[in-house]
Amino acid sequence: MLLGIFTYRPLLDNIRLSFFSWNISSPNPPKFVGFDNYTEWFDGLVNGGHSWTVVSNTIIFTATTVIGSMVLGLALAMLLDQQIKGRGLVRSAVFAPYVIAGAAIGIAFQFIFDPRFGLISGMLGSLGIKSPDFYQDPNWALFMVTMTFLWKNLGYAFVIYLAALQAKPAELYEAAEIDRASGWTVFRRVTLPMLRPTTFFLSITVMLNSLQVFDIIYVMTRGGPQGNGTTTMVFQVYQETFVNYRAGYGATVATIMFLILLVITVLQVRSMDRGNTK
Amino acid sequence: MVLTLLIVGIPLYWVLSNSFKTPDQVFRVPPLWWPESFTASNYPRVFSESPFGQYMLNSVIITSILAAIKIVLGVISAYAFAYLRFPGRGAVFMLVLAALMVPNQITVISNYALVSQLGWINTFQGIIIPLAGVAFGTFLMRNHFMSLPYEIIEAARMDGASHMRLLFRIILPMSWPTLVAFALITVVNEWNEYLWPFLVASDDSVAPIQVGLTRLVNTDSGFTDWPLVMAATVLTVIPILVVFLFLQRYMIKGLTSGAVKG
Repeated sequence: MLLGIFTYRPLLDNIRLSFFSWNISSPNPPKFVGFDNYTEWFDGLVNGGHSWTVVSNTIIFTATTVIGSMVLGLALAMLLDQQIKGRGLVRSAVFAPYVIAGAAIGIAFQFIFDPRFGLISGMLGSLGIKSPDFYQDPNWALFMVTMTFLWKNLGYAFVIYLAALQAKPAELYEAAEIDRASGWTVFRRVTLPMLRPTTFFLSITVMLNSLQVFDIIYVMTRGGPQGNGTTTMVFQVYQETFVNYRAGYGATVATIMFLILLVITVLQVRSMDRGNTK
Repeated sequence: MVLTLLIVGIPLYWVLSNSFKTPDQVFRVPPLWWPESFTASNYPRVFSESPFGQYMLNSVIITSILAAIKIVLGVISAYAFAYLRFPGRGAVFMLVLAALMVPNQITVISNYALVSQLGWINTFQGIIIPLAGVAFGTFLMRNHFMSLPYEIIEAARMDGASHMRLLFRIILPMSWPTLVAFALITVVNEWNEYLWPFLVASDDSVAPIQVGLTRLVNTDSGFTDWPLVMAATVLTVIPILVVFLFLQRYMIKGLTSGAVKG
């Protein structure tokens, strides 16, 4: 009956292997180079080099998608929490993109954003505005992949918030109504605190999702323009390992990313605990 | 409300309408909202001019095998964590939860090295096995098993029911909705999985649909047949959307069950 555990071997092996990246700190065949990779990475960070660009891309992308999808998701969920016609339809529509593959979405949006014959350029053109060059200008390119990802993942935050809202106790709101609390006060004093656990859960899961984006970026921009305009850390892991054949450096980036994740998660869990003891 | 529908709907509509255009209409400036002349020829061309049928078949193979493995493993291990007492149970379960936090992307390098050592590059097992760890499903099912009334399980044990019997006769019949949710989320995730198959399947014979789709865009000739790609995109998205529309209730339930409890 202990067989149940043995099915876990691949999983544990995966975790074990993920720590192995410590030792593959050099190109094939693995040669021990100590902290060379790390010093290279930190050099690039401090002097505004390659790793600084990648880290800032990652931060911008993740922060925008996490905050954006949570704020919009909550707003939509509150809107749909009331009894309105067509609720089911909108719910399905908003959630639908979440199940569509990133690769397919990337291709579709590549076409929509095309500066010459894309949909957006056409819309702007009818207003007499010239479309920004989404593929040549790094900032616009980053904006483009961020928006695309947001479009895909908004539904997830929305669905979770909606479920949380529908599970809320009605008495709270009745009490607030008796007290003649304004809509804004109710939202701030009742709804938000009530949604705290949900917000906490979402902030972690959405962040993990955002940090893992590969398909959309690969399909739309290949991490470009200008070398690394939309390269995030995950993409850099891929690029260094499988394009530049520097597995050691790729592993270093992966390890650093893992540490960052760990720190953020621990901080979030702790802030959550503190919130509970208040 | 209407705005929301538009924001979601327009991109989807755009892909659909382009899949019915002839190449010269696709590159019109300004873009055409409505194809001037409908042509359905892009769809048959997807199958005749690209290995798309093969991709689709590969995807079905990979997804179904993976989902089957994951569901079986997920249920068995959840059963072990919920009903068996073995030394270190809590610690092992923590490890499973921790695995939820580790993104695939971080393990990609070492896994790739391992798979290529085994000579599994460009094989189905190379794509499938490294993806077969089931942290999410175990977590979901275990929580559900824990919520079942314990008396029933006890009674069955008193009657001397074997583990298998207990699982299939008593526990699973009480667990269908959660099981469906788990299966569905797994299928969707595997169908959409990109990075790993993309690395392992450099060959058309095993590449799944998502990887194949991007190959249609980045052809060797540098020319992209957009109407064909759009038609292929529609074909890629439709199976999943259909499944989703019929079963979204379960899927949402599965996704939210871990969240709302906090």
